[in-house]
Amino acid sequence: MSQFVQQLVNGLSLGAIYALIALGYTMVYGILRLINFAHGDVYMVGAFVGYYLGRILNAGAASSSPSVLNFFLVLGGSMGACALLGWVLERSAYRPLRKAPRLNALITAIGISLLLENLGQLIFGADPKDFPTLVERTSLSVGIVTFSNIQLIVIVTAIVLMLGLQYIVHRTKMGTAMRAVSFSHDASGLMGINIHRVISFTFVLGSALAAAAGILVGLYNPKIDPLMGIMPGLKAFVAAVLGGIGNIPGAIVGGLIMGVAETLTIGYLSSTYRDAITFVILVAVLLFRPTGLFGTTARAKV
Amino acid sequence: MIRQMVKLNWLRGLALLAFALLGVAACSQNENVIRIGVFNSLTGGTATFGISSTNGIKMAAEEWNAKGGLLGKQIQLIVEDDQSKPEEAAMVVTKLVNQNRVAAILGEVASSRTLAGAPIAQKAGIPLITPASTNPKVTKVGSYIFRVCYTDSFQGAVCARFAVQKLGLKRLAILTDVKNDYSIGLADYFKRDAVLLGGEIVSEESYSEGDTDFRAQLTSIKGANPEVIFVPGYYTEAGLIAKQVAEQNMNVKLIGGDGWDSPRTVEIGGAAVEGAFFCNHYSAEDTSQMVRTFVANHVKKYGYVPDAMAPLSYDAAELLFDAIQRAGSIDGAKIRDAIAQTKDFPGVCGNITIDAERNARKAAVMLQINQGKLKVYDVIQP
Repeated sequence: MSQFVQQLVNGLSLGAIYALIALGYTMVYGILRLINFAHGDVYMVGAFVGYYLGRILNAGAASSSPSVLNFFLVLGGSMGACALLGWVLERSAYRPLRKAPRLNALITAIGISLLLENLGQLIFGADPKDFPTLVERTSLSVGIVTFSNIQLIVIVTAIVLMLGLQYIVHRTKMGTAMRAVSFSHDASGLMGINIHRVISFTFVLGSALAAAAGILVGLYNPKIDPLMGIMPGLKAFVAAVLGGIGNIPGAIVGGLIMGVAETLTIGYLSSTYRDAITFVILVAVLLFRPTGLFGTTARAKV
Repeated sequence: MIRQMVKLNWLRGLALLAFALLGVAACSQNENVIRIGVFNSLTGGTATFGISSTNGIKMAAEEWNAKGGLLGKQIQLIVEDDQSKPEEAAMVVTKLVNQNRVAAILGEVASSRTLAGAPIAQKAGIPLITPASTNPKVTKVGSYIFRVCYTDSFQGAVCARFAVQKLGLKRLAILTDVKNDYSIGLADYFKRDAVLLGGEIVSEESYSEGDTDFRAQLTSIKGANPEVIFVPGYYTEAGLIAKQVAEQNMNVKLIGGDGWDSPRTVEIGGAAVEGAFFCNHYSAEDTSQMVRTFVANHVKKYGYVPDAMAPLSYDAAELLFDAIQRAGSIDGAKIRDAIAQTKDFPGVCGNITIDAERNARKAAVMLQINQGKLKVYDVIQP
């Protein structure tokens, strides 16, 4: 029993990271009907920005031990940098294709993904890097479960960011505009909403969340490399589909389910099925509930 | 009709001429140097293995060249990077064989990558010596494939004997890298010998090279309540595994194989690898004259104390050069025979005698990580 609860804790920490990445996929899809395959690589860039920032901070404060303040600085810096990256990608790669067939944008997304991966290998080097220690690891025991302070930080940070996103989408003017654009580009344009700005903002927001996921994973499993975004990117995409693509709470639930499913598979079956379970879930969702758990059927008007 | 035949002959002649020219070009390349191919992982997941190994080979080649070279010619190393990937290893060995036409090949530390490259060298009749691939399958590829280190059947037995008899710990768990021939082989031999000695394997879990999250496996292992976790993987994963073991508050001893031998094990693992043991080929603290000279020269040239990959590779290169000298030729078959006849060749990591299976029988060293340094805990003779 305690082992099962422990596996759940492990799964939720992993799932929280998938959920953060899945949010970016689902928001962009909700607004543009575009699957942004470069999203997993933005997550990678986020981790690397954090790696360099963390090293600078740790070197600057050589006397003092790693601190929570450093963690927030790294998190903020990396989210900012990736927000900028998201804006640049949207502006340079996707906006010129706004009126083009949807397939063109999809292929462009794959191109951007390959570009980021290979640029990453060129700039950062292909060797895995050790993410700097921002917070000293300690383990806490509560009843029958042992978890580390890092797992706690991962889950809490993810929850805070998700609540923040929920606030932005439902309580701010920009969020209202985002929801309006996701219903209809033309109608929102007629209502005086600057569609381009809203779409840019969506990319900025999604990329910042991906960067946060990158930092959390760097903290959690301190080994990063330029191809680290491929698998988590795919898994987060499946999570978004599972939750119902375009649906924000769906992405969060989907991410958590993916994390728990993966952990339980490793714990009770075998680690060789770790990636297979993802795609078994994808196939099952597409067969039995193509709109996902929270998705609504979009009826094509004839 | 006749005209056509004349034309065809003319074309054939041209083709022949082109081939002849190519042949001359290829021959003229090797007039005053002997080319030796080296393939190693200079980048990627196990980059420290490849870099350290290549440094050792370079030291040997420079020493020979300074003494006047080999058969009166200078040794030219052609070093190729396989990016820690087996498929790249096969590609670069093909290049070394077909394009560079090397006399012999030194390389790969990792068994999976030597296994990818070796069949190509075997087919071309070019001798290949691996400095550190311990999986028994490696030298079974064929008569041209040799190694200068012990095999995993010995290493697995050493680790099992150490855990069960020396430490007296009988509840054992194994965490294997299922994508890695070395890891799978070593785990099997460990299990076989541990059970024979009265140990009990309470849990077996697996991961794949490149994984970063081992918590699910470790939680399962923790449930079985072992006293030892045997981790026959490579250093990147070993460090992360140690960290996550510490995170779960497990009271276990970690034991690894020679795949742990990299400065990065301590860098990545930090305090979590303190007190862990691993089996290795040599210790830099050894007081024998050869080790002291090698370590001093290495420090002078590269500025740091070498891990075992450098001296093993140095030994492999020295043995190869010595064999070429004895063969008196760069003919593949003659070099092969000379290597096979090697007896009591003095190496930094112990004397090397190549047996009928083209393996070397050597002693193993059990090291313990103590305040970030490697201390000799035990020496086990074959």
